[in-house]
Amino acid sequence: MRFLRQTWLVASKDLRSELRTKEALNAALAFALVMILLLLSFAFDPTAEETRRTSGGLLWLVFAFAGALILNRSFVRELTNDCLDVLVSSPLDGAALFLGKSLAGFFLLMIVELACLPVFGIFYNVAWHRQLGPLLLVLALGAWGLTVIGTMFSALTVNLRLRELMLPALVYPLMIPGLLAAIQLTTALVAGRPLDAELYDWLKLLVSFDIIFTALALGLADAVLLG
Amino acid sequence: MRSKTLYIMLLAAAWLMAADIAVILLVLPDEAAQGAVYRIIFFHVPAAWTALLACLAAFLASCLYLLKRDFRWDALAVATTEVGLAFGAANLITGMIWARVIWGIWWTWDARLTSMLVCWVLYAGYLMLRRAVEEPAQRARAAAVFNIFAFADVPVVFFSIRWWRTQHPQPVVWGGGFMDAAMWRMLFLNWVPLLLLFVALVALRMRQEQAARRLDGLRRRAHAF
Repeated sequence: MRFLRQTWLVASKDLRSELRTKEALNAALAFALVMILLLLSFAFDPTAEETRRTSGGLLWLVFAFAGALILNRSFVRELTNDCLDVLVSSPLDGAALFLGKSLAGFFLLMIVELACLPVFGIFYNVAWHRQLGPLLLVLALGAWGLTVIGTMFSALTVNLRLRELMLPALVYPLMIPGLLAAIQLTTALVAGRPLDAELYDWLKLLVSFDIIFTALALGLADAVLLG
Repeated sequence: MRSKTLYIMLLAAAWLMAADIAVILLVLPDEAAQGAVYRIIFFHVPAAWTALLACLAAFLASCLYLLKRDFRWDALAVATTEVGLAFGAANLITGMIWARVIWGIWWTWDARLTSMLVCWVLYAGYLMLRRAVEEPAQRARAAAVFNIFAFADVPVVFFSIRWWRTQHPQPVVWGGGFMDAAMWRMLFLNWVPLLLLFVALVALRMRQEQAARRLDGLRRRAHAF
């Protein structure tokens, strides 16, 4: 109970300070929309047929990049006024601090994802909402995997000079299995295919990926944060 | 490890490998379907085994570092990862040469090739991370955590990418393909010199790492005065 309260405390603090300044959120949203509206449309011929076959890959490319922007800020935010030292020396549980940070990052990434979907649907003429429930589940699971790993490495690289470059280079190769599953599922669900046996296997992979890395991150949180 | 042991190991590796290469080139016949180029398998497959072994060793060393906070484990982790990456590169490159002859292309995004490449890039990130952190204790801690994450990812990567269509010849060792007993034996025989080379290189690299840390410590002390 105490653990959950601490988690929520950290998450709400992070969300409040982010939603007041909208620093990371604005950057991530602007980046995602520019990428969807401009870059992707010139990278390939955005006819409806082509888009249906690659929708998952395109969307997750955008989410992964936007996610790196959001997660980079997760611990960097605490550097000014030595807030990180205060957090670490407070009676907060290391795992609770980590989980709270992850939750805040997750909410922000979900905002970006949910803002991108309709824009993508309108400009690429894709009826993405035919499998709305499963699609939202896949978006949430993929976002969770990305935030857990991203927050972990945000904490690890917070003191580095090149952290903005390091984070994507470390996180994306680790994310490959999760991203692969999320891409396969998103492509199929956006095209209106219901969750059949094959998609169900991918979903299981995505869930296991999330569980493995959440457990690992919570177990190592103390080692990372407290040293 | 003492220098003498190291030299003996390297000599033994060179001698065994020369003997193996003589057998591979002169005694073993060409393969029925592939001709002469199949011989690359005697380096390709043991190199992959060695690389996977290196991942395991680096994982254990990283766990031990986090538990004991002894820099020797950190040195072992970086040594095994680096040498493992070299063996992984040998595996990828020999595979590409073989693919150019047999498939007519250098690269294809088949399951095993992709998995190996992803894992290689993953562990290359480990070296990149080490280079970016300057403070030794912080570097060792960050590297150990990353290594544990990477090791947990390896089976998931192989498993997930296998769900794509595969073009790779069916694994010879765990079921599927068939190989003559003499060739089979050679695969393991040639693993011995590669393993010796691996251990010697790891010992050498570890020694280097520890010498570098001692030097760094001396420099810090000199600056402190």
